[in-house]
Amino acid sequence: MTPMAAKRMRLRGMVRKESLQILRDPSSIAIAFVMPVVLLLLFGYGVSLDARNVPLAMVVEQADANTASLIGAFRHSEYFDPRPFENIQAAQKAFDLREVFGIVWLRNDFSRRLLSQGDAPIGVIVNGVDANQARITEGYIQGVWQTWLGDFARSQGVELQVPVVLEPRIWFNAAVRSRNFLVPGLIAVIMTLIGAMLTSMVVAREWERGTMEALMVTPIRIGEMVVGKLVPYFLLGMGGMLLSVAMALWQFDVPLRGSFWALTAASALFMLVALGMGLLISVVAKNQFVAGQVSIVITFLPAFILSGFIFQISSMPYAIQVITHIVPARYYVAILQSLFLAGDIWPIVLSNSAALLVMMLIFLGLARRKFHKRLDA
Amino acid sequence: MNTLQRVLALAIKELLAVLRDKKSRIVLIGPPIAQLIIFGYAATFDLNDIPLAVYNEDRSVPARELVARITGSPHFRLITAIDHDEQIAPLINNREVLLVLHLGPRFSEYLKRGKPAPAQVIIDGRNSNTALLTLGYLRTIFTDFNIEWSRQHGLRGPPAELQIRPWYNENLLSRWFIVPGIVGLLTLVITTIVTGLSVAREREAGTFDQLLVTPMRPIEILIGKSFPGILIGLVEGTFILLMAIYWFEVPLRGSLGALYLGMFLFLLSAVGIGLMISSLAVTQQQGILGAFLFLVPSVILSGFATPISNMPEIVQQMTYVNPLRYFLVILRGVFLEGDSYALLFNQYWPMAIIAVVTLAVAGWLFRHRMN
Repeated sequence: MTPMAAKRMRLRGMVRKESLQILRDPSSIAIAFVMPVVLLLLFGYGVSLDARNVPLAMVVEQADANTASLIGAFRHSEYFDPRPFENIQAAQKAFDLREVFGIVWLRNDFSRRLLSQGDAPIGVIVNGVDANQARITEGYIQGVWQTWLGDFARSQGVELQVPVVLEPRIWFNAAVRSRNFLVPGLIAVIMTLIGAMLTSMVVAREWERGTMEALMVTPIRIGEMVVGKLVPYFLLGMGGMLLSVAMALWQFDVPLRGSFWALTAASALFMLVALGMGLLISVVAKNQFVAGQVSIVITFLPAFILSGFIFQISSMPYAIQVITHIVPARYYVAILQSLFLAGDIWPIVLSNSAALLVMMLIFLGLARRKFHKRLDA
Repeated sequence: MNTLQRVLALAIKELLAVLRDKKSRIVLIGPPIAQLIIFGYAATFDLNDIPLAVYNEDRSVPARELVARITGSPHFRLITAIDHDEQIAPLINNREVLLVLHLGPRFSEYLKRGKPAPAQVIIDGRNSNTALLTLGYLRTIFTDFNIEWSRQHGLRGPPAELQIRPWYNENLLSRWFIVPGIVGLLTLVITTIVTGLSVAREREAGTFDQLLVTPMRPIEILIGKSFPGILIGLVEGTFILLMAIYWFEVPLRGSLGALYLGMFLFLLSAVGIGLMISSLAVTQQQGILGAFLFLVPSVILSGFATPISNMPEIVQQMTYVNPLRYFLVILRGVFLEGDSYALLFNQYWPMAIIAVVTLAVAGWLFRHRMN
């Protein structure tokens, strides 16, 4: 047998062994196929930054046509669910009990000041605990106010004098649907978990069960062992990945404006990084307990918080921005958000893919180096 | 030996089992502290230094003044000034800038003639939340500019003005919202890691059967097994709490007792779920898988980053079995809103029920799940 043929045979044997192991313990298959579907369904619907029907307490101290038109403007907005309250005390009580998110308060001189001096105050209190939600709600309230101002001026037969008008055009996501950017990000988070979980325990398990010793006495080389362990999991992971992309497109109606091939290539690269990370964990830990702990700690929360999936990286302090560079999901999120929403933006796709490639080489290289065929190591 | 002695012995043994291994000790202590610091700074929705390009075709004074107002704001940072339409797309596409402000050549002419002068803003919508917040910052600057311009030129301003006041977090600092959340997040992760594998590991090693044939009753095993999770959770939770108050300077306005009652109930329910997962699992791999499957949704669907009220009704109902959901309300309520026991009652009892049910199931599984 030539050395090449022997190598092929050993590799084939290893891949076959790992594949059988996967098939016999269905939990790996569940991780690769069931988990992305369940998580993406749950999070795709559950994670949203678009507020709808925000409950607002409406306190009108003296009702008339003007207050009615303003309240009507809130009622017509899809963002609000206005609820009338007798007086400010009652509204505040509901506010304290978190029954309403904010209060709109029109005092009894509202109409008089509106018509005579033209400086009628619209008192608004919002719950600022969730600062992001409060800011978004403020924006919606301003929108309602501006619409109403225009209507009011028209009803008075005057032109509303606005010196500068802001004309925003939001590219790539004109409807400002948060799902369009969250779902691609979620794919990155979920795939990080799956990649790491699939492999993080496979080597540690061999050590603990003692089957590593059996592997050691075979002529298999370390490199072949690494490749042999990766191939079946890579195929599984890619299956889960395709499933997720299909769901993003057809279940969540996220547009895919870039090319499918760029997406597949970048995903394959990322899958290898995630698997490599898991493999490295399991090689270093040599103990399923620790491998499991480590993979929970270093995969999920960093991918969730430091990847740019939900929190903008450019707003983080500089030192933290530097740290985000060691989170592989960061690069994949950037690629996915651009490929899905903007198209094949090659400078972004290529630079982030290059970073992923470097990470893949580091993880797999380290895993191979730390992987000893010795008992005492 | 009486019950107390037996429980104590088991509790100490369990604690040693967790802390004995050096790697395991490092995992339990190092990452939570590092993550608290990193996430405390990283997890913010507040935007600053938003990269901006200006395309100003009107060199007049008012146009320059409007531009100066925006570039002078701490939220924006001028990257470049451009002078062609074609320059816009590459800048936005490649994410070099988040927005381009475009003032046409007749901007000041319109402004002076009292016609609405358009200021076009092109925003990268790939992150729609960032786009909306950016728009919000811009609106504030534009409104101020308009009010001042109207006053200087004797124009009628809008007849009614909005006076928006945020309560509890007057400056709308995202950190005040996120950092108390991190207390809950990390406590949950630690507790789940400590308890999620404790039974599965013994089952795999065969020592759990030995434990079952000792004179210990399931309830005693349950208490002993819960002990390390609760103790480590309380210690690390307290540490993170102190960091939130003294390092991140989030104001603590309510009752500390109410907070700790919440933390205790939260830990009980988290330990209950952890032990339940652990006793269901036959192998450690299944234990880890279970811990992950519990942890990930309970973090993402807790209201930590995105509000529960935005979720569809059916997903909102699922969050009722998530203890983190209640603990986050308690944390934020006590920190920012100054809540005390009475206002938080509706958060306490669901956690107590979750704790009782999951602990009971875990105790039952000890004996009834044998293979």
